Amino acid sequence: MSPPHPQTWLYPRPEGLFCEPGGFFIDPLRAVDRAVITHGHSDHARGGHRAVLAHAATLAIMKARGVAGKASQAAGWGERIGMGEVTLWLEPAGHVLGSAQIVMAYRGSRAVVSGDYKRAADPTCEAFVPVPCDVFVTEATFGLPVFRHPPALGEISRLLASMALYPGRAHVVGCYSLGKTQRLIALLRRAGWERPVYLDQALIAMCAVYEAHGVRLGDLRPALAADGADLAGGIVLAPPPSIGERWVPRLGDPVVGLASGWLGVRQRVRQGRVELPLVVSDHADWDELNATLDEVAAPEVWVTHGSEAALIHAVGRRGIRGRALRLVGYGEEEA
Amino acid sequence: MIAFAALLDDLACAPGKGPQEALLRRYFGTVADPDRAMGLAVLTGAATLKVTRPALLRALAAERFDPVLFGLGHGFVGDVAETVALMWPERAGANAAPPGLAEVVRTLGATAAADVPAQIARFLDVLPAGARLWLLKGATGGTRVRVPAPILRAALAGLSAGRLTAGALEEVWHGLVAPYAALFAWIEGRGGRPDPGEGPQFHPLMPAEAVGVVAGLDAARWRAEWQWEGERVQLVAGPGGRRVFGRGAEDISATTPGLIAAMGFDAVLDGVLLTPRGRPHQVRLHDVLFEAGEDLRPLPFDQRRARLDAWFARVAPLGMDLSPLLDFATPADLAALHRAARDHAATGLILKDRASPYIPGRAEGAWRTWQRDSQSVTAVLMYAERGGDLSFGVWREDGVLVPVGKCTPDLPRTARATLDAWVRTHTLKRFGPVREVAPGLVLQVACDAAELSSRHKAGVTLRAARLVCVRPDVPAAAADRLELVLALARPGPSA
Ligand SMILES: [Zn+2]
Ligand SMILES: [Zn+2]
Repeated sequence: MSPPHPQTWLYPRPEGLFCEPGGFFIDPLRAVDRAVITHGHSDHARGGHRAVLAHAATLAIMKARGVAGKASQAAGWGERIGMGEVTLWLEPAGHVLGSAQIVMAYRGSRAVVSGDYKRAADPTCEAFVPVPCDVFVTEATFGLPVFRHPPALGEISRLLASMALYPGRAHVVGCYSLGKTQRLIALLRRAGWERPVYLDQALIAMCAVYEAHGVRLGDLRPALAADGADLAGGIVLAPPPSIGERWVPRLGDPVVGLASGWLGVRQRVRQGRVELPLVVSDHADWDELNATLDEVAAPEVWVTHGSEAALIHAVGRRGIRGRALRLVGYGEEEA
Repeated sequence: MIAFAALLDDLACAPGKGPQEALLRRYFGTVADPDRAMGLAVLTGAATLKVTRPALLRALAAERFDPVLFGLGHGFVGDVAETVALMWPERAGANAAPPGLAEVVRTLGATAAADVPAQIARFLDVLPAGARLWLLKGATGGTRVRVPAPILRAALAGLSAGRLTAGALEEVWHGLVAPYAALFAWIEGRGGRPDPGEGPQFHPLMPAEAVGVVAGLDAARWRAEWQWEGERVQLVAGPGGRRVFGRGAEDISATTPGLIAAMGFDAVLDGVLLTPRGRPHQVRLHDVLFEAGEDLRPLPFDQRRARLDAWFARVAPLGMDLSPLLDFATPADLAALHRAARDHAATGLILKDRASPYIPGRAEGAWRTWQRDSQSVTAVLMYAERGGDLSFGVWREDGVLVPVGKCTPDLPRTARATLDAWVRTHTLKRFGPVREVAPGLVLQVACDAAELSSRHKAGVTLRAARLVCVRPDVPAAAADRLELVLALARPGPSA
């Protein structure tokens, strides 16, 4: 008997992507009995589930965000777990701390749900591991050929060059709390910035989770407690909505930066009215998406949140069958 | 080319003159010649990257990219040059070093037209995305890369470790020629002051500071004139010769021969050239700096103006007149004049402290401009009336195009013919002389203000809208959203 096609045992339901022989949903949109969670971003890890299986770091992140399940099961990288008739394990996705691909094997057929992922080096999380499979479920946040993210360290040197150019001005950089913040800090440390990094209140808890999981972030201080003299010439990280509201009035004439994968396109930069746009992304860019699909060598690819059409067209020309897997509700996080 | 592109990127985001100056100072202080000098030449307009037309972009795209992927990419980006720059494959292992700006400008300038596309492609292969964009924009004339001369001079003076002021640079500015070896030597203390050349000299202009409102103004202290649309010029004539200078101290005598011919006097005058260069000239004078060698700049404005009036009554050169002083008694009178600026073909008001001397080079509030409001909207053509108005709209959230205004098709003749041809081939319906067209052509429209209006379907209308240009390079989907226009709108007069 030939192995069953994954579409017969893994398919979307209103609650989210359902693995029938395993009896669980992956990153469900509504509260369910059994959930397997790829990573801690709010559009993937929602509250109210009874039993949650995820990497230990993701469970800690969910707890810090107040969306932990009633029962939690931590899985280590590569650890085989039986769920009904399915064998499941996690492999790193390289997106944020704890972010995992869900590998599912059922009667000789194998599917991988990658969640969100990136391929660029990131000192704050484990690097993506390609797993050969029959169906690969990919995100496509930056699924257009116009997205080619530059090396992140180069963007950090632009930030440091701006600090040298305007030694008297504070630099406040907009970034979201989970992933982008810690990656920026780690990159700053790698680029030789040893002085304190000041944080908006909203970013502090997540940095503590990273530290607890062994990611060294160096000297971090609450920006609210710092005085103006320290902040002038310093770096403040803050979630984008609080920059105009809180930090621009407080810092006088700061250089306003923003770290986002969308800023590679000038049109977006113009709309943002940002003085220092930093092209730093948590997601794979166009080249990385295509290289990944070639590496995992799945004959069929299901494309979730983002621009599916271009990716499906591009892989089709290489003999890979692409399908749009529309799951409403993803992709509402910062990219 | 990489450093220059990074500079242009940074300048585009810089929030004001101060940061722009700092960025330019860093560029001129860190980039080596000949790229540095070429950078200055491009920024002043003395050199150009433009060697071809925008059609090159589509040709490169057709040759290099899958049309489906290019279409999807362009739909998102909304600009052909940027889409090509972003999609251009990075050649792993391309081992040629990226070319400097000077090499790019010189190579392109020396390349035969037929070989330009291939040469541009070779440069694109070895440049990163940001530099690819500016190369494509520059080479196809998609952007005019210029920085106002006062900002350039301030940045360059900043490199002199305090020895030189921007004003000192301004005095020699019109005599400078690329590659500016003498200028940089002077700035860096390796050489003396460059020779500004023979003949009449430029005298730094008195700038005006922009203000938004004039409430609370002491009306008795100020004189008011219209601010005229045109090019500010300085006319210098006397025994040493005749010159016309632009506001950046550039010598434009060669392009204004008729004006030079009319300058049979001995004076230095400040005015506005109302007509395009090269056409029969019309100059509106508003100040006098020197008369027969006498420096009038230390005199208060009222005395200079009396001297100007008397001089003009005597000399009355061909093609020149005086900018009249306007009557007003209160700030409310001024506000009424400001509202009427358009009816007088003026761009706003200029207020002058009647007791102030002519202060060269620095805006110190003695002259203030109060500009007519102006906004720009990217809209889609909806209706065209034969021999009459164009109606245009912007996109509502639900994807419906809603009309927001009308304008007359004031365009050069060839552009007008192209527009008419487009309308003829894209007509959906006719209502008498009015044609409804397919939503496919983007117009760049300027207006005095967007005003909220309950009488219009869109809830907003553009006051005094005028057509700036037609933008066939912009896809209709990239036109402005109604939310944006509403966000800029202010209450209308009836609201
Ligand atoms: Zn995510
Ligand atoms: Zn996501």
